[in-house]
Amino acid sequence: MDKTKRRTLKVLGGTLGATAFAYALEPLTAWTKEQSLDEFLQRHYKELSKSELEAVLRRIEQKTRETYGVDVHVTDLHPQEGVEFGYALNLSVCIGCRKCAEACHKENNHDRATNNSYIRVLEMDQGTFDLEKGTTTYDHAVPAPGKYYLPVQCQQCDNAPCVKVCPVQATWKERDGIVVVDYNWCIGCRYCEAACPYHARRFNWQKPQVPAAELNPDQGYLSNRVRPQGVVEKCTFCLHRTRAGRLPACLEACPTGARVFGNLLDPDSEIRWVLANKRVFVLKEELGTRPRFFYFFDT
Amino acid sequence: MRHGPCEGRPVPFLQRSDLCLVVCGSLLSCADRPREVAPAPGPQQGATTVHEPEKLVSVESAHLDSLGKPVRVRCATCHAIRDAGVFPESTDGLREFHAGLVVKHGPLSCGSCHVLLSGGEPTLHLSDGTHLMTQDTMRLCAQCHGPKFRDYSHGTHGGMTGYWDLSKGSRTRNHCVDCHDPHSPAFAPSRPVLPPRDRFLPSAHERSERSHG
Repeated sequence: MDKTKRRTLKVLGGTLGATAFAYALEPLTAWTKEQSLDEFLQRHYKELSKSELEAVLRRIEQKTRETYGVDVHVTDLHPQEGVEFGYALNLSVCIGCRKCAEACHKENNHDRATNNSYIRVLEMDQGTFDLEKGTTTYDHAVPAPGKYYLPVQCQQCDNAPCVKVCPVQATWKERDGIVVVDYNWCIGCRYCEAACPYHARRFNWQKPQVPAAELNPDQGYLSNRVRPQGVVEKCTFCLHRTRAGRLPACLEACPTGARVFGNLLDPDSEIRWVLANKRVFVLKEELGTRPRFFYFFDT
Repeated sequence: MRHGPCEGRPVPFLQRSDLCLVVCGSLLSCADRPREVAPAPGPQQGATTVHEPEKLVSVESAHLDSLGKPVRVRCATCHAIRDAGVFPESTDGLREFHAGLVVKHGPLSCGSCHVLLSGGEPTLHLSDGTHLMTQDTMRLCAQCHGPKFRDYSHGTHGGMTGYWDLSKGSRTRNHCVDCHDPHSPAFAPSRPVLPPRDRFLPSAHERSERSHG
């Protein structure tokens, strides 16, 4: 082999090798100053051992204390045996006041500047049901004549398109029916946001800005802890509350009692009474997503 | 590559059995941690209480307290010591007391619900004449608003706070009168809170500016 050819191959090989090496180290470029080494190396939620998870929860509390100067309690509550959550909403009594969206905003430590909330209330013309024609930015006394109001949040689908499209399994369905996100595993590709037919997922373009005094200290690892920048989030039926037996924040805030929440497996629950006695329907049934969020009109 | 017998080859760094161990180990560490499951809801411990609004036993007076709230006067303050006389034909007849009361409740008149007794707390009456204390107002509402009371009884009207799981805690229900003024029960229109500021949607203010400009 002559020397020129040999040198060319050497250079080519060297270049390819260096490129491959750089490519292999590429994830390191995603490592921001905000992220500690432990956080960067943290495994998937489901793979964490009990002690590792405990350390993660304490680390998040510690970090929140450093950033906000507030003591918060981050929990990881497990799904309950014999409990599957369901939600129903009475459209006949919803007045579109958006108190539910406001309660969600506060409960889940949403970004204050964008008024973010997991709930969108659509103002719709009576007699129509085209979700695309609903408006969310109405700003007049409610209920307005000729209108009805359709609050939409995560429908906790049993056949969830958002879960299927996630390339890294950072989102999954828990055994009590709640679709959750491991914010530390999410890569922010937003496939789930695109896949959701209900527009229920939100992307954190920036780290949510919440004044320290307004931070909700009752936090869940899979729910309302302060999210990092660049990850997707969604309604979790307030699992840090509901898995402790409490009602979701949006339900407690509803001034008309349009919202009904409970255990689908308990035949005596309010939600089961609604399913048995009201003409309930789900949004976009034809897509086969099998939502756990039901709507009904009074009859 | 030549396929020869293994004899005579240098011993590889990892034996095949070691490799198996490594592979199994890594597979095991990747497997889902068996999720713990919290115990099922136990027997019911908590109670469901219905909130008792002040409105049931008192009325607003024209005086304001230091916080700017109207001072409330208990019904018994006046009704225990003086005879209310007879019901006026309409609210226009209320000059000295309860002046300015607005009644917009179908064709009902005072006597449809109220009963005048000399002395003691004023009471209400059901359509069959049974007297009720004002705290039991819901029974009175229920005799006309049956379907609403049915929905309320099943937790699908009127709202609540507290626990869905009564084995863990209690629950407070709203009273009819918490949300509906019995004299004009229609839910008054209100301004919505927390307008969304979606990144690509102009705010209502911007839209109105654009349509004017």
